[in-house]
Amino acid sequence: MVRAVLGAARGRFRDAVMLPVISLFCGFAVAAIAVLLSGANPVDAFVALFEGAFTNRNALPETLVSTIPYVFLGLAVAAGFRAGLFNIGAEGQFYLGALFGVFVGFRVHGVPGIAHIPLAVMAGMLGGCLWGAIPGVLKARFGAHEVITTIMLNYVAFLLTDWLINNRGPMADLRASAPKTPFIDLSARLPVLLPGTRLHLGLLLALAAVPVVWFLLERTTIGFRIRAVGLNATAARAAGISVGWTLVTVMGISGALAGLAGADEILGVSHFMPAAFSTGLGFDAIAVALLARSNPWAILPAAFLFGAMRSGAGFMQLETQVSTDLISIVQATVIMFIAAPLLVRWMFRLRQTPPAPVHIAEAGGLAAATAPPPAPTSLEETAS
Amino acid sequence: MIAHVLAADLPGLLRQADLVGLATATIVAATPLTLAALGGVMSERSGVVNIALEGIMLTTAFVGYAAALVTHNLAAGLLAAIVSGMLIAGLHAVLSIEFLVDQIVSGTVINILALGITGVFYRTFLQEQNVRGPGTLPLWKLPLLGDIPILGRVLFSHQAVTYAMLVLVVVVHLIVFNTVWGLRTRACGEHPMAADTAGINVKMVRYVNVLASGALGGLGGAYFSIQQIGNFLPNITGGRGFVALAAMIFGKWTPVGAFLASLLFACADALGARLQTYGVRIPPQFLSMLPYILTIVVVAGAMGRAIAPAAVGRPYRKS
Amino acid sequence: MDLDVRWGEVHALLGENGAGKTTLMNVVYGLTRPDAGEIAFDGRPVSIGGPTDAIRLGIGMVHQHFMLIPPLTVAENVVLGHETAHGGAMDLAEARRRVAELGARHHLQVDPAARVEDLSVGAVPLKEKMTALYRGARLLVLDEPTSVLTPQEAERLFEVVREPTARGSAVIFITHKLGEVMRVADRITVMRRGGVVADTTPAESGPADLARLMVGRPVLLRVEKGPARPGRPLLRIEGLTVEDDRHHVAVDGVDLEVRAGEIVGLAGVEGNGQEELVEAIAGLRSPRAGKVLLGDRDVTRLGPKRTLHSGLGLIPADRQRMGVIVELSVADNLVLSHYDQPPYARGILRRFQPVWDHAVAVIKAFDIRVQQPGQPLGSLSGGNQQKVVVARELSGDPRVLVASQPTRGVDVGSIEFIHRRIVEQRDAGLAVLLVSSELDEVLSLADRVAVIYRGRIVGVLEGDAAEPERIGLLMAGAA
Repeated sequence: MVRAVLGAARGRFRDAVMLPVISLFCGFAVAAIAVLLSGANPVDAFVALFEGAFTNRNALPETLVSTIPYVFLGLAVAAGFRAGLFNIGAEGQFYLGALFGVFVGFRVHGVPGIAHIPLAVMAGMLGGCLWGAIPGVLKARFGAHEVITTIMLNYVAFLLTDWLINNRGPMADLRASAPKTPFIDLSARLPVLLPGTRLHLGLLLALAAVPVVWFLLERTTIGFRIRAVGLNATAARAAGISVGWTLVTVMGISGALAGLAGADEILGVSHFMPAAFSTGLGFDAIAVALLARSNPWAILPAAFLFGAMRSGAGFMQLETQVSTDLISIVQATVIMFIAAPLLVRWMFRLRQTPPAPVHIAEAGGLAAATAPPPAPTSLEETAS
Repeated sequence: MIAHVLAADLPGLLRQADLVGLATATIVAATPLTLAALGGVMSERSGVVNIALEGIMLTTAFVGYAAALVTHNLAAGLLAAIVSGMLIAGLHAVLSIEFLVDQIVSGTVINILALGITGVFYRTFLQEQNVRGPGTLPLWKLPLLGDIPILGRVLFSHQAVTYAMLVLVVVVHLIVFNTVWGLRTRACGEHPMAADTAGINVKMVRYVNVLASGALGGLGGAYFSIQQIGNFLPNITGGRGFVALAAMIFGKWTPVGAFLASLLFACADALGARLQTYGVRIPPQFLSMLPYILTIVVVAGAMGRAIAPAAVGRPYRKS
Repeated sequence: MDLDVRWGEVHALLGENGAGKTTLMNVVYGLTRPDAGEIAFDGRPVSIGGPTDAIRLGIGMVHQHFMLIPPLTVAENVVLGHETAHGGAMDLAEARRRVAELGARHHLQVDPAARVEDLSVGAVPLKEKMTALYRGARLLVLDEPTSVLTPQEAERLFEVVREPTARGSAVIFITHKLGEVMRVADRITVMRRGGVVADTTPAESGPADLARLMVGRPVLLRVEKGPARPGRPLLRIEGLTVEDDRHHVAVDGVDLEVRAGEIVGLAGVEGNGQEELVEAIAGLRSPRAGKVLLGDRDVTRLGPKRTLHSGLGLIPADRQRMGVIVELSVADNLVLSHYDQPPYARGILRRFQPVWDHAVAVIKAFDIRVQQPGQPLGSLSGGNQQKVVVARELSGDPRVLVASQPTRGVDVGSIEFIHRRIVEQRDAGLAVLLVSSELDEVLSLADRVAVIYRGRIVGVLEGDAAEPERIGLLMAGAA
């Protein structure tokens, strides 16, 4: 019996740690091939990436700066996954959070920092929350598939931002030469943690968000509802859980976290919002959440990894002409391998476990001994 | 905003309207939507969700353009687009059918991969180029039909990909509803186990259908680079692949329905562009939002999910 | 294991759920690969890689879970895989003609152009059989074919089953019902836990012998219970009309009453509205008209949560889909409907000690075989999982229990246990509505038997009047 327990534990270790590690490795391998095909030297590229992320002057603080939004966004997407929802709209919610946050930042005057910052941060969360709640309501009420609605809202969010800031729009700074909002008041700026760097208070917020989300999911009734709905919405409903409300709540929480990321970037890093804002952070976050297998604690190392990659990519592009889009390739491949444990096993001849589709609502490790039958639960109904 | 539209000079608007031009533009704009939607129909009818159509179109737009550029031959570009579409769809198929990856995740992977790969290769190979592009497909006016007063312009004076689209709507319809292949496909999408016990190779049917959807998507991607602008720009597809999926749902997973729905979306798109020139003073961004919002409305109101092929999205595992 | 079947005989494969009967037949039909051993057909060794091979050899299978595709027509379903076509284009007229002809030849009533989803439930197995025959089957495997038939329809099936054997074909009849075996089999193979335990004939072994062989020990075929002492009505259903997923009327103006201290059995062939009725009572489906009253409270449109908290216990028919969440722990499943009430929670914070204690107590009381309450529910056997559901509902101290197919897929020992518990609770005042398609279960447990046919209650029988033949007639819509 001890052997069985150890065997199971080893199996879970394999799934929880080895699988992500191998997936990363494969991701980088594929990226290396892409680099070769485009005519550059992968070793140079990766060395430059590393330098840019860690060893250059101010690299580490910069990496941490890049990590912060990934933590929030990763948590946002992961929360969605736990409820069986695929929140691809983190990008748009990020925008909305930034918009709301920057608005409070430059329109509200005469308020001391101690009040201005929380106000702006909460505004950002509100913006993201609203943008997340819309697809949540559409799904709960009409069964509208969240993949499509969130993606559409992303585009709407871009266009909205474009109108607001570009071309002398309502939120544009008319005195500036480039399309952007006015600078936010000093009282709204997040204090810098490490003088001489851009590392701001947001890091502490991010570090605090992780245990909060974990606690929410594992220790509260709300979290129980979320997990139950994500695992089997039909049974949850039969037991009296309101699936619709749960979906809306989760999308709201997810959106709020994404919005927080957006507000954070404005308040802590740039202090204004340019018309051309994000660079696909919301999509990267999907990779972060998958890499962490929707486990809040694992989001931290995953976010750090992606933060490092993004931070180093700029230097890599400077030094070796390899495009920053390379990061997307790494991500996509990582997602692919994470979501296909069978593929990894097949490639590396790891020991077989009975094949089961990876259920995105589970954290850490695959299903219990008897894999649940592929019966539909709610993904208008959920992912099985 | 509505007041703005109404306040515009309505009779003048109609005179200026150039409705024939609008109709023609709608059919043209519906081309990629319909092609991708047809691909979606084939794939989903056999039971495989294919949200990778966006990524497929983006990549094939690139590949098609690159091939046409290198060979100075537009036809070669079209062919390259179709083949590359099938290859990428093949990846999606292998991942989701063989390795049981969640089909939505697999599709998203391809979309992200597409953005990344086209971005990298665009920057490396295409951005600096000052070579003359291969041009766009010529407008073919059909001999007698093209001279018919209104219909001639709307239906019979188009470029190759659009003609292909019109023909394919009928072809795909016939395949799905009137052939043995179509019957087996539908069986696999509704009740794969029943199909299995009838002796049908469910996996093979699904593979072929997904590859077919890749070919159709490839053609759709070719529209952007080879038919429309004769060039490639990053993210040239702009979400049309997803709009196509909405068209498929709205069209209740039938080829003709998908075509009609695509017309609706394309009309919204074309209308948006035109309203601008009619002097209607709505910010252009809101007009651009029209197709996306329409998609949301459709997906929410369509009640389509209830009529989707019953086994779509679920991998079929033999015990 | 070894099995041998001869031409011209009806060979019954008997065993309880999980004994391996369906798996064995899936191997024969090519749906599953064997790990070892060989199959010989007509004296020659064969290798069956998939249904195509099986069909080619002349093996046809009618499955327990329907293999018909609802949106397609009967003709399309039957010809699937062997379509009548001209170079790829289908000839539907030809298909319809052939199907009609086949039906006439085998005395089976069909409408080739009808969509399967519009057919009545009892017609389905006949269509399945036809499909097999169309493909020229000489060995016909029938897997639990009577599970959706009334006793009278089953009788007819038995007659039809013998018919191919007269022409030299063979039939393998899979079932777990002793009565059927006695009725129809020439030879019987009894399976238990994946192995053969006996090879006999109806002449040699009687039902009691067979039951013992199936289970390995003497089995109590009926539960012992005293007379009911019903009190006031606790569940009242008045004029309830409910639609199914396709907006057809599934429950048509049902009136029913269950009193405290009695078990009302709802007998009926599956698919006559029972599912929808149960869902409507539980608040999971909104009725078009009518009322559901729990005690004095009108719970008709209150929704599942409030209905459950008004004193309803629900054992759903499909445990995996609706009853439990297999990835969660046993303890969590045991508080699934009350996780947010004190003592299991305080505000939004969950309190784990009370959940654990509750689980430990319940596990002991219901003899649930589990190592510790924290393990995932999915690691339990089917019977134990069902015990968890039963335990959860009964320990919530309900006033009314709606039990739908409560012992489906459960081993005999657990069946006995569950039946006994339900009777105990009845004696303590619980009102029980038992919905079951197993007539034996209904006859064994119920004090009164109501019969549902096409969404209507066609009869309520008690005492001596509640005997199988009468009920069977009502189930079929006759009498």
